Amino acid sequence: MRKTRLFKRLMFALAFFYLTTGLHAQVTFPENGIADPRHGHYALTNATIVKDATTTLTNATLVIKDGKIVATGTNIKVPAGSVEIDCRGKYIYPSFIDIYADYGIAAPRTTTTGAFTPGQQPQLETAAKGPYGWNEAIKCDVDAYKVFTVDDAKAKPLREAGFGTVLSHVRDGIARGTGAVVSLATEKENLVILKEKASAHYSFSKGSSRQSYPGSMMGMIALLRQTYLDAQWYKNKPAKEGLNLSLQSWTDNQGLPQIFEANDKWNNLRADRIGDEFGVQYIIKAGANEYQRIKEMKATNATFIVPLNYPQAQDVEDPNDARFVSLIDMKHWELAPTNAAAFEKAGIPFCLTTADLRNVNQFWTSLRKAMEYGLSEEKAMEALTKTPATLLGVYNQVGSLEPGKLANFLIASGSLFNEKTTIYQNWIQGIKYVVKDDALANALGSYSLSVNTPAGTETYTLDVKSGTTLTMFGKDTLNTKFSHDGKMVKLSYAPMPRRQRPPGGGEGGQRPVGMGRGSADQTLPASATRLSGVSNGTEWNGTGTDSLGNSLTWTAIFVKAGETKPDTPRKKDVPVIGKVMYPFEPFGWEEGQQPKAENILIKNATVWTNEKEGILQSSDVLIKNGKIAAVGKNLSDASARIIDGTGRHVTAGIIDEHSHIAAASINEGGQSVTAEVRIADNLNPDDINIYRQLSGGVTSSHILHGSANVIGGQTQLIKLRWGANDEELKFKNWDGQIKFALGENVKRSPFAVGNNSNNNRYPDTRMGVEQVLVDAFTRAKDYQKEWKEYNTAREKLVKEKKSTGSLIIPRRDLELDALVEILEKKRFITCHSYVQSEITSSIEIANRLGYKYNTFTHILEGYKVADKMKEHGSNASTFSDWWAYKMEVQDAIPYNAAIMQKVGLNVAINSDDAEMARRLNQEAAKIVKYGGVTEEEALKMVTLNPAKMLHVDDRVGSLKAGKDGDVVLWSDHPLSIYAKSLYTIVDGTIYFDRQKDEQLQKQVDEERNRLVRKLNSEKRSGTPTIPAQPSYQVMHSCSDHQHSHGLLVIDADEITND
Amino acid sequence: MRKIFLALTLFAAMVVNAQENVLPAKPQKGLLFIKNAIIHTGNGKVIENGIIKIRDGKIEEVGAGIAVPADDVQVVDAKGKHVYPGLILPTSSLGLVEVSAVRASTDVRELGDLNPNIRAIVAYNTDSKVINTLRSNGILAANIVPQGSLLAGSSSVVQLDAWNWEDAAYKTDAGMHLYMPSMLARPRFGGFGGGGGGGGPQQPQTDPVKEALDKIEGIKNFFREAKAYLTETAHQETNLKFESARGLFGKTQKLYVHANTIKQILVALDFVKEFGFDLVIVGGSDSWQVADLLKKHNVSVVLQQPHSLPTLEDDDVDQPYKTAAALQKAGVLFAISDDDGQTRGRNLPFNAGTAVAYGLTKEEALSAITINAARIMGVADKAGSIEVGKDANIIISDGDILDMRTSNVTDAFIQGRKIDLTDKQKQLNDKYEQKYELKKKGF
Repeated sequence: MRKTRLFKRLMFALAFFYLTTGLHAQVTFPENGIADPRHGHYALTNATIVKDATTTLTNATLVIKDGKIVATGTNIKVPAGSVEIDCRGKYIYPSFIDIYADYGIAAPRTTTTGAFTPGQQPQLETAAKGPYGWNEAIKCDVDAYKVFTVDDAKAKPLREAGFGTVLSHVRDGIARGTGAVVSLATEKENLVILKEKASAHYSFSKGSSRQSYPGSMMGMIALLRQTYLDAQWYKNKPAKEGLNLSLQSWTDNQGLPQIFEANDKWNNLRADRIGDEFGVQYIIKAGANEYQRIKEMKATNATFIVPLNYPQAQDVEDPNDARFVSLIDMKHWELAPTNAAAFEKAGIPFCLTTADLRNVNQFWTSLRKAMEYGLSEEKAMEALTKTPATLLGVYNQVGSLEPGKLANFLIASGSLFNEKTTIYQNWIQGIKYVVKDDALANALGSYSLSVNTPAGTETYTLDVKSGTTLTMFGKDTLNTKFSHDGKMVKLSYAPMPRRQRPPGGGEGGQRPVGMGRGSADQTLPASATRLSGVSNGTEWNGTGTDSLGNSLTWTAIFVKAGETKPDTPRKKDVPVIGKVMYPFEPFGWEEGQQPKAENILIKNATVWTNEKEGILQSSDVLIKNGKIAAVGKNLSDASARIIDGTGRHVTAGIIDEHSHIAAASINEGGQSVTAEVRIADNLNPDDINIYRQLSGGVTSSHILHGSANVIGGQTQLIKLRWGANDEELKFKNWDGQIKFALGENVKRSPFAVGNNSNNNRYPDTRMGVEQVLVDAFTRAKDYQKEWKEYNTAREKLVKEKKSTGSLIIPRRDLELDALVEILEKKRFITCHSYVQSEITSSIEIANRLGYKYNTFTHILEGYKVADKMKEHGSNASTFSDWWAYKMEVQDAIPYNAAIMQKVGLNVAINSDDAEMARRLNQEAAKIVKYGGVTEEEALKMVTLNPAKMLHVDDRVGSLKAGKDGDVVLWSDHPLSIYAKSLYTIVDGTIYFDRQKDEQLQKQVDEERNRLVRKLNSEKRSGTPTIPAQPSYQVMHSCSDHQHSHGLLVIDADEITND
Repeated sequence: MRKIFLALTLFAAMVVNAQENVLPAKPQKGLLFIKNAIIHTGNGKVIENGIIKIRDGKIEEVGAGIAVPADDVQVVDAKGKHVYPGLILPTSSLGLVEVSAVRASTDVRELGDLNPNIRAIVAYNTDSKVINTLRSNGILAANIVPQGSLLAGSSSVVQLDAWNWEDAAYKTDAGMHLYMPSMLARPRFGGFGGGGGGGGPQQPQTDPVKEALDKIEGIKNFFREAKAYLTETAHQETNLKFESARGLFGKTQKLYVHANTIKQILVALDFVKEFGFDLVIVGGSDSWQVADLLKKHNVSVVLQQPHSLPTLEDDDVDQPYKTAAALQKAGVLFAISDDDGQTRGRNLPFNAGTAVAYGLTKEEALSAITINAARIMGVADKAGSIEVGKDANIIISDGDILDMRTSNVTDAFIQGRKIDLTDKQKQLNDKYEQKYELKKKGF
């Protein structure tokens, strides 16, 4: 009985050597030779079968035939014609599915150059040949199944990790075409492609496209939005467009599961919003940081594809290296392994993928780490089988061990998620792939060895412990050298030297304790007896030479299996980790600690009302329910927190008309007119500069597109609600604005090489700038007319109850939509401008074409044409004292603001700079110094006046009952260099409190110290580390000027965008 | 007719005063008194209702009870005003860079890594339009510094009222400038997605510290050979680069090392230890962490840009504002500079004012832009404070010079010469005030 069992177990192992045919032959393919039809008919018996994440059968049988599962269950008879394989003690699982792979797809050539690399001319048009769309990054015509090739070298590591099926697509471009579900069997492509068009793919990466547009996050979003619209429009086959395969395939792919590679918490939301707009629910390929905003992830209603890559531990032993590693990088290192568990905990459906791993062979280490940090076995299993299979519509083929599905399964030594478990085999479409040979595992145990020497038969007992370890004893324990690979056996032995013998032991063949473990490291004398043989299953047979050189034969017979240790994995404790902060930045708030709106009464302060009341001495300001409730003397409110304002000054919160903080991208310079891009699409709440600017009394910032092109993007006004998400940052219900730019930046002077413009993007002169404006608004007017005519005709038909089917719907153009909004006074321009000629010209065009410049921003020569600006009705937003950094600011003067104000313009002082933004009160003070405006008027230049030009002066900019509770309490006269904000209040919520800031700083330092200690102790315990990596911060600007922002700040323009 | 005459006169006045025609003042002869002033001497003292007696460009007496003769002397009544030593901008590209974005207008960075022989003074353009705007804010001297990688050349101190650079030179070649290579691993970015979206930092390819040390070793070797060369009495061949290191060894020149991080600053100490050079750290954004070591080794610091963001996100939001106070507390000799490329140094006093808001006293902050700067630049014998025997480099302001709210420079004297405070910007202001008839409208 015992013998039979071992034999079966060995048969299981040896089956591999005999199974050579693969899947059934294809009917149409001629055979070169003799037909050899087989059916791969097996019965795997006595196994623990995990049918799916929730069903486990013990002592069960799995029958497969022709690559498919025939039966799964207990009490199943081994069918006639099937080969039985005894899987006693083993576990069978469905093979995993990786929904985010590029297996079998040649790596696309990706570019490292961005849209605008200094010294390099941008590629403005698509380089793709053929009847495709205008943008090279829209590659939706690509079908993975057409370019897929079987690749055993790539399949092997995936199979070894337990995968049997993957979804492969060409990871290149913003729209990437379709993905194919393929098995990892190494067979002809015809048979391994399980579903040729299983998904459609999108991303925020241009991939191999070198085309300049889009060169920003918001440009990519705009391109995707426009393509949805264009594809819809193209359905009617507009004659002028001709054949456009890109738009054709875009539409064709819409019925498939839509997968968006977003790779980051905010990008996930950005992708999801695009989907929401066009009625698409993307499956989102996540990154590693979603745990930082898991509620927002949940709100997308998306299913996520979660990778298991974690940051490597950094070597922060040297405090001077640690100095430059930021808290959030260390925290992310600590918390990244909680990402998968965070999805599970939040009840968000997700798949797991090997994508982003530095190497597929790290899959299990990473997965186990995720489980150590809270991911459950059941969820892990589901995320690797049922969930992806269901998403892709292939659950009828793969993902569980149901009859009728493909015979894709794993055979493992035990419960799969146990650390000690080994995957022996991965069967794919009924073909066995050996991961780790189990023949040896089956051969462990004790044997009786008979050596036939000329002097007679000697007998020994062998206790085989591993492929290289055994104990051999006869009368005494012997010194041995052993190797066994499951088939071939080699054994040398010699009597143990006397001194090594156990004292008093070795009598009567007793097994010595803790001694005599024969192993390779023991040296044997040259005279040792040497045996060589072959395992024939339960018996080993061989020949050898004894110490005297005599030939001999030998046989070893299996006696009993080795004792397997009971399988009790030690339960690891969930590691101690820090908390997530909102935002995920230093000085962020922990869950539940976020500041809330309070009723606040500031007593006895100097109050700068910015209203006709002027500056009130010894007065009070009451904020209730997020709004200013009263301003005056002797106010009281029982519900309010009292703040003593004696000797202090209260002003409205500072409003920065021109800022580039808190955005993932700022410049879309890929074209000269990009009115379609929107800063709002890519706000980034994780910007430390929000907090820093609060410390300078700023409560609202107008986030502008950069000045890379004549008509830039739509701007976004935000309130500095530190800790809010991107949507909550927005200033609600304000008139939209849009950035225009003139002069050196738009003609790309900074990119000149020597005296050559090196510019191939129109325009190259201020003459061309004027024509770009004229052209843009002329097109916008034609477009407006086209829609008006369409709408009128449509209304008429509707009224007459006739079909509107004959009408051709005009193409919706997001760029022109924004320009029409300007014409219709629904969107307002803030125009980066410097010199008088361009200002005059812009005003002249605007008057001619019927639009208006709401604001001229920068406007350093505004003083030269203040009268013209006033007549046009513009506002002016300028710097106090900048000049002499480029040619067009040579005539800039610090008296500019004052002259414009005196001429009657509404004037603001802006920052355009994350550093200066926290000193805007001082910048306003300079207008008193240089131009002699009153202090009250000067303060308005950073509060009420910008509110006016942003059309929000009904809500912010002054201290008046009913306005938003955006208030600053200053330690000193607000125009003094010595003034500091003590409290910066937004909507009645204290977001900056100078005393609390000190506590927060302490917390930051403590948390840093804790993490440095943790990293150091990990290093000491052997965790591999990489050298400390300084945490650089990316800062966006107009690409207009340089500032001292510190060692770790990198201008966004210096980074290539892919 | 009268109107026309008036207009013509105004026009003429304007032409005469166009910046090109702002004449450097003639040498001051005889006695000049500044009286009724609140005198901030620059070395910590404040004299209420003080008098400064100047003779032939030098300060002869400073105090409260100095007699002003009734006869033929020049007297400036500074009643209620604040009087300060002329401010000194410790590091600047003034006169070397006119418009930074216009290549042809910049002469600030020579080719090569080893340029000890380069002299910034020879390219200093006294006709730069920027100079007069600095005078308007009280800056009367500046250290003109060449830029570069590694050894960039020597800086010179100029006074800001001169016909040409020889005329402007106040102390030539008093500083040798070494730009310390970065010892930080270079960043790598993988496109969009910020906020820890990726798999974490990538392993850098090379060790930036080793790379930097190799370069510094090259500089040290240069100085070792220069030292040996300079001990020779006669040379077979003259080596101009070695010759230009003579001042460093002779202590007539200081070594200014442009360094910000701790490692950079500590490596810079090598030049004190091995060669005995007088060391000045320029930049020094992390200098607050090693203030005591700097004090111990007699190293002075030029804080290049207090109006700056903190180095790391985790740093105190106001750290750059607080660094000066940390150095003051440790007793380090330090000066404050203003290297901002958009405003070109004119906000020097306000950078110092910010340091007051974050821990310095007003007089300490004043020292950081006057006497300390003079000491570091080796001109304290004749500038940087209102003291007997020094050049009469003096400014008069309506109010506190450190606060833009009150600062308004009404008079300025360089070596006793009362300089013309007109600048191009004031002239453009005048021009357009006339266009809009602002004065007529009561502004």
